Amino acid sequence: MTDQIRNVDRLDILAAETHEGAQELRPRSETAADDLGKEMGAVLRLQGLNLDPASIDVEGPEDERMIINMGPSHPSTHGVLRLMLELDGEYVLRTKPVIGYLHTGMEKTAETLSYVQGGTNVTRMDYLSPIGNETVFALAVESLLGISVPERATWIRMMMNELNRISSHLVWMATNGMDLGSSSMMIYGLRERELILAFYEKTAGLRMNLNYVRPGGVAADLPDGWEDDIAALCDTIHQRTYEYDELLTGQPIFRQRMIGVAPITAEEALALGLTGPLLRSTGVAWDLRRSMPYLAYDQVEFDVIVGTYGDNFDRYAIRLNEIRESVRIIRQCLEKMPSGDYRTQDAKVTPPPRARIGESMEALIHHFKLFTEGFHVPAGETYVGIESPRGEIGCYLVSDGGPKPYRMHTRAPSFTNLQAIPLLMRGGTMSDTVTVISTVDPVMGEVDR
Amino acid sequence: MTTPDGMPASTIATDGIGGTTVYFAHPDDYVATIQALKDDGFEMCVDVCGVDYLEHPDRFVAEGVVATRFEVVVNLLSLSKHQRVRVRVQAGNDEPRVASLFSLYPGTEAPEREVFDMFGILFDGHPDLTRILMPEEWEGHPLRKDYGVGRVPVQFKEGPGPR
Repeated sequence: MTDQIRNVDRLDILAAETHEGAQELRPRSETAADDLGKEMGAVLRLQGLNLDPASIDVEGPEDERMIINMGPSHPSTHGVLRLMLELDGEYVLRTKPVIGYLHTGMEKTAETLSYVQGGTNVTRMDYLSPIGNETVFALAVESLLGISVPERATWIRMMMNELNRISSHLVWMATNGMDLGSSSMMIYGLRERELILAFYEKTAGLRMNLNYVRPGGVAADLPDGWEDDIAALCDTIHQRTYEYDELLTGQPIFRQRMIGVAPITAEEALALGLTGPLLRSTGVAWDLRRSMPYLAYDQVEFDVIVGTYGDNFDRYAIRLNEIRESVRIIRQCLEKMPSGDYRTQDAKVTPPPRARIGESMEALIHHFKLFTEGFHVPAGETYVGIESPRGEIGCYLVSDGGPKPYRMHTRAPSFTNLQAIPLLMRGGTMSDTVTVISTVDPVMGEVDR
Repeated sequence: MTTPDGMPASTIATDGIGGTTVYFAHPDDYVATIQALKDDGFEMCVDVCGVDYLEHPDRFVAEGVVATRFEVVVNLLSLSKHQRVRVRVQAGNDEPRVASLFSLYPGTEAPEREVFDMFGILFDGHPDLTRILMPEEWEGHPLRKDYGVGRVPVQFKEGPGPR
C-alpha cells in the first residue's frame, strides 16, 4: 500500500486520499461555463446564472493561474475551514470554502438527549458564545411548553448574553489583531476575556460550555457580591475599549488592510441571508434585540451600531462599539436586576432544591423523573431566533410529545455567513483573504455542528 | 391574517406557536408560495431545514394536506414588517424532492445542500447539489430516522457492534 502511494505514476491514488468530490475547485479547463460563473462568487449568482464568465474575468492565460489550497489546518482560518483559491499572481479569482471537518452530528445527538440534557449539547456548537446557544434552545423549549420564566431569570439571561457578546467580540478583536500582525491585541483581547470567563466560573462553575441557561430559568442564582464584580468588569472593559481604539483604529497598517477591503452591499447581504455585524456593516439597522425584542431587551437602552460601506473596517468598528453597547446594557441590568426566583417553580420542569429531596417524597420523585426520563413537551414545532454575536442564531424544534426533541435544528449564523466569502474575496489579494475570514468571524464548531 | 397577493389557492395558513403564521404549501405550488411571500415583503430566507417524520407520522398538518415522511421547513423573515413566517412543504416518501429556492434567495444554497446531505431530499434547480458536511463518498443520510447512531464497540463484553 505504501509503495503504491509513493509511486508518482499513480497520482490518482494520492488524490483519492484527500478527495472532496464536487466541493473541490477544478481547473477552468475542466469546469463547465455555468459552473465557473457560479464559482466566481455569489455576486454572480445574484445577477443570474447565464453570465458569461469570460466577459467579467481578469484576462490572462490559463497557465498563469494557480489553484491553491488553504487550510483546513491553517492558523488564520479560525478553526478547520478549508479554502480553495484560484489565484492570478497575488489576486484571488475564485474561492470555494470546503467545510465539514468539524462535523460531529450534534443535531443527531440532540435527538438522543432529553430536554434537560440538551443544553450540554447545544452549548458546544458555537463555542465562543455558549450562552447564546443555550438561550435559544431554552427559549424554544419554553415556547413549546408554554411556560414563562421569572423576571429575574430573564434579566440574568440577558446579562449573561451580553457578557457573552463581549467575550466573543474580544476573541474576535484578539484573533483579528493576530491576523493583521498585532500580537499585542491578541494578548489584550484574551486578557479581558479572562475577566468574563472568571465571572462565568464563579456563577456557573465552568468557564466555557456552561449549560447555565436551562429550560425554565438558569442553573444557579448569581453569586454573592456579583454586583461588585460586574461593576468592576464593566468599568475595566469600557475603559480598555478606548485603549484598543487607540492601538488599532489609527494605526496606518491596520487602516490600509481594513478600509475599503472586501465591501459588500445591503442587497447582496440580504439575498445571501447574512445577519449580525456583516449585515449591519452595510447600513441595515437589523438587530433582533431591537427589531424583534426577546428577553427584556425592550426595557433597556442601547444603540444598534450600523456601518456605511460594508467593508472590513466597518465590521471592525461595529464589533468594537458593540462591546461598549453591551457594557451599557449590563450596567442597566445591574441597576434594574429584579429580585425573586431564578427559575420557574413548575416542579415538572425545575428540579427540587437539594435539601428538599431528603424530606419530601414528591421532591424525590420529581428529581428522579427529571434526571432519568426528563420532562415531556407537548407535540408541536417552533422556531426561535435571537441575536448571537455572529448574527441570528435560531432553533427549530419539533416535539412528538416525548421527553426528547424529535428534531432539533440550529440555524447557525456562521454557516450562512460563510456563503459571503467567495463574494468578499473576489478580486482581492491573497493577503486579504486572511482579513476577510477574520471579519466574517466564522466559528467552525457552529458551521459544521 | 391577510393573504398576500399571488398566494396559490392550495396554500393553507395556520397559526403556529408564538403567533407565527405557518403556511402549508402544496409541493407543486411551493415556489409560487415563497414568491408570493417574497413579494409581500419577506426579504430574507433565514433558514431551510428538513425533518424526517418516519417515527411521528401523525403530527399536526393543516386539513387536506397529505403528510409524507419528509418535510422541508423554510423560515422567512421580513425586515420591513418585523415578522416571521414559516412554510412547510411535504417533500415525499421514497424519493423526496422539492424545488430549489436558489433563484429567489441565493442564500439558500448552503442550507439546501445541508438538507440534501443530511436527509437525501433533492432540490430541483439547485446549482450544485453535493454533500456539504459529510465526505463525498459517504453512504446514507445521517439525520434520517432509520440511520443509526454510531457506537464505539466495547471490548471484552458482549456489547453492540458499531452501528
